[in-house]
Amino acid sequence: MLSCKDVTQLISQSMDASLPIGKRIGMRLHLLMCKFCSRYERQLLLIRETVRGIVATEGKSGEPPGETLSEEAKDRIRKSLRNS
Amino acid sequence: MAKPANHDPSEWVDRYGGYLFRYAMLRMRDRSTAEDLVQETFLAALKGRGSFSGNSSESTWLVGILKHKIIDHFRHQAREVPLGENDLREHPDPSSFDGSGHWTSGPADWGGNPADLYREKKFLDQFTKCLSGLSPNHANAFTLREIEGADTGEICKVLNVTETNLWVILHRARMHLRRCLETNWFERSAKKGS
Repeated sequence: MLSCKDVTQLISQSMDASLPIGKRIGMRLHLLMCKFCSRYERQLLLIRETVRGIVATEGKSGEPPGETLSEEAKDRIRKSLRNS
Repeated sequence: MAKPANHDPSEWVDRYGGYLFRYAMLRMRDRSTAEDLVQETFLAALKGRGSFSGNSSESTWLVGILKHKIIDHFRHQAREVPLGENDLREHPDPSSFDGSGHWTSGPADWGGNPADLYREKKFLDQFTKCLSGLSPNHANAFTLREIEGADTGEICKVLNVTETNLWVILHRARMHLRRCLETNWFERSAKKGS
């Protein structure tokens, strides 16, 4: 019988590789019965989707969220380009 | 449509600086390292102007250079601080489970389905903070896998670990990150909402 601790490891591994069939079935059966582990899986997948959303909007124009390059840093970089 | 490359380096910083910096910041999690890499990218681009093929846009070309620099940085970090015992211990979060491997306190309900989180700057800030809380190699592994979308074989080469070890590292990274976001984002916004 797989424990919740085992299953969290398998959930993560299944996001990186395909699991051997026995482990996959064991994990799926456990997830059907275990509220916490299936919530855990949903949350890891939500984090993955959110990160993909961040990456997908990164190159778009407009005002993407995130930090901006300070004026000091810009000046420093301009100077280094001129001097090279 | 790709804009024609103008290759006027005096315009680069204003045109692409902000974009490259955000790109580096998400992956490096540190302002001064990100600034340095942007600077190095422009300097390398200046030197290598002749190799720009014109098949891609100038910004794609610059991001390509930056990406290489980021991966090099990860490779150096992995060499300087090799993975220790702690990185590979099998129990990323022992307090979450009892002796028989059952949850002691399971994941909290995050409520609803917050699908648009990626648009929120505050979430991005919190995400970056949580990622910085991991050990550098763990954060780098997560970055390569989830942000860069690299496959595990490539990541193993960059970080110089076996695939089995990488699975443990990613498991650990995800578990910490999930918990950090729960504590600092989801539980807080639940409180605010109520």
